[in-house]
Amino acid sequence: MRCTPEEALWMYETMLVIRKYEETMVKVYMEGKLPPHIQKGLAFDIGSGPVPGEMHLAAGQEPVAVGVCVHLRDDDTVVGTHRPHHFAIAKKVPLQAMTAEIFGKATGLSRGKGGHMHLFDPAHKFSCSGIEGASMPPACGAALAGKKLGRDSVAVAVLGEGAANQGTFHESLNLAGVWQLPVVFVVEDNGWAISVKKETATAVTSNAARGAAYGIPGVDVAENDPLAVYEAAGEAIERARTGGGPTIIEVKTHRLLGHFQGDGEVYRPKEEVSGLRELDAIPAMAARLRGESIADDDLLSEIDERAERTVAAAYEFARTSPLPEPAEALEHVFV
Amino acid sequence: MAASNGQRTLTMAQAISEAMASEMERDESVFVMGEDIGSYGGIFGATAGLLDRFGPERVIDTPISEAGFIGTALGAAAEGMRPIAELMFVDFFGVAMDQIYNHLAKNTYMSNGNVRLPVVIPTAIGGGYSDGAQHSQCLYATFAHVPGLKVVVPSNAYDAKGLMIEAIRDDNPVLYLFHKGIMGLAWMSYFEGATTQVPEESYTVPFGQARVVRPGSDVTIVTLSQMVHKAQLAAEDLAGRGVSAEILDLRTLVPLDRDAVLTSVAKTRRLLIADEDYLSFGLSGEIAAIVAEHLDTLHMEAPVRRLAVPDVPIPYSRPLEQAVIPQVTDIVAAVEELVGSRVTA
Repeated sequence: MRCTPEEALWMYETMLVIRKYEETMVKVYMEGKLPPHIQKGLAFDIGSGPVPGEMHLAAGQEPVAVGVCVHLRDDDTVVGTHRPHHFAIAKKVPLQAMTAEIFGKATGLSRGKGGHMHLFDPAHKFSCSGIEGASMPPACGAALAGKKLGRDSVAVAVLGEGAANQGTFHESLNLAGVWQLPVVFVVEDNGWAISVKKETATAVTSNAARGAAYGIPGVDVAENDPLAVYEAAGEAIERARTGGGPTIIEVKTHRLLGHFQGDGEVYRPKEEVSGLRELDAIPAMAARLRGESIADDDLLSEIDERAERTVAAAYEFARTSPLPEPAEALEHVFV
Repeated sequence: MAASNGQRTLTMAQAISEAMASEMERDESVFVMGEDIGSYGGIFGATAGLLDRFGPERVIDTPISEAGFIGTALGAAAEGMRPIAELMFVDFFGVAMDQIYNHLAKNTYMSNGNVRLPVVIPTAIGGGYSDGAQHSQCLYATFAHVPGLKVVVPSNAYDAKGLMIEAIRDDNPVLYLFHKGIMGLAWMSYFEGATTQVPEESYTVPFGQARVVRPGSDVTIVTLSQMVHKAQLAAEDLAGRGVSAEILDLRTLVPLDRDAVLTSVAKTRRLLIADEDYLSFGLSGEIAAIVAEHLDTLHMEAPVRRLAVPDVPIPYSRPLEQAVIPQVTDIVAAVEELVGSRVTA
């Protein structure tokens, strides 16, 4: 399976949007969190500034999101994790409403009730959760519903390699296997469950190998490369769509930033991050597009400028949107 | 850790980790496990320094497998160990709840007392910094509702150390819930009153003894955890308006110091319960019921009043979150209303 030039350009531009989005968030998130805005004695105030709360950014993991989502339709479901921005963007969740949600604004996807880890966009069939291992059962459910309703839609569960040690992982793989569900489990292996290294927490080298225990094909993607993900995900999604059942794919990817913004990363050697930055998939993809004559310098800078504008417009929209009225907090416990 | 007149001041996080260290020193059967409790020192600093001091055999980073490691703590405790198994956020208990409420809470009873389960589960509670509905709950009433679990909710460093040592030495399972907003973390604004003088030596704070934080005569505010500090600010404000509020810090929900509630209410004849957990079927209802059951001897001036999260998940957006979590001004307003209202015959 080989991607078309249009697909390659879409993946490249989407990766750029994601990266620019996350790098802008790195700066926006720190606004108001450092002295002199905060009380004496604090190094950093997580609750201050325009974007309070925890912030988990996905810079470095763009290839997984674009390599998977390039194959998805609007009626396919993606259930993401606490680190959701890259998959949300690649699943075409409207960037302005998503950003407004992260700012807690009334124009956000959920008018500020959800927030960064809890993005819900039923129109684009995207949701996520702040709880590890929570993405897989709902993805199985979406796949089951698609099958029962006679659709050829598929569901994708995104999870980190750390979450593969949760009970839900094993229960979901078994359900998907026994019911032959059109679901793809995408494990993002960035090597770290916050501060705990995969080698010290997981009894097998590859979570893809765990598929064998449930009769599910398992695929390892050893490089953080959008085209390698494209091939593996394309086959898995095609198999699911045509009645061939579930697949588990594990992609070796890179977390360029800390677990959350403000994480001092005392557990991770500094050289690791600089090494990962040298393997960055985005400039590599640009070089490939150029080498294969899919894009010249003019087109690349046009894409860059467009991505820049898209991201800037989303932040501008979020900043200038109003906050919700306090009384709204009491609405929508039930519908 | 400023030293003045021989006493040190510790944050709650430091006090908790010191308590664990002193018990690990004293008792070889004590060990700690959980997510990011080793080199990270616990996401909220409750295990800082323990790995360096005791090594990875006794300070164990676990996989993200809460049902697995909390059940493992139970199994090890049944064999005579004294595990401390940290659950990062209390909101994560769901993935491990069967091990907690069907096993940890019941095996002692079902064995007719023949199985002892000295497990401590420290976990972080509370909101106020926009972490959203899955990372901001208190939920202590959920655990207090299930027979067989002791439930500890400290409000300051002195109590935190004494209650942790008591928890580790207790032969029963103890849920130990610390509010993020009083731990003294360098990355979260907190109430400085929670950082207190803490003796270096070992001491215990017994379970089931509430503390009168501030004596008063017009109204009793029953509260706990971070809300103790909000109640103190409210009481200062109220004092300026001529209202004398007594604040009672429950410190433990199981066992619950019912007598302290009744004694205080008998004196003040007015009761406000200020709670950061959900309103219905929770702590505030329990305290109100204790008073209602004693109305034959208590003479109330005003109906009991409750302040709690109004039965909605904790919203993310700041104005929404501030609206549902009781604030200092809400406590002041509720007390003023109480002082103005009357029980009619």
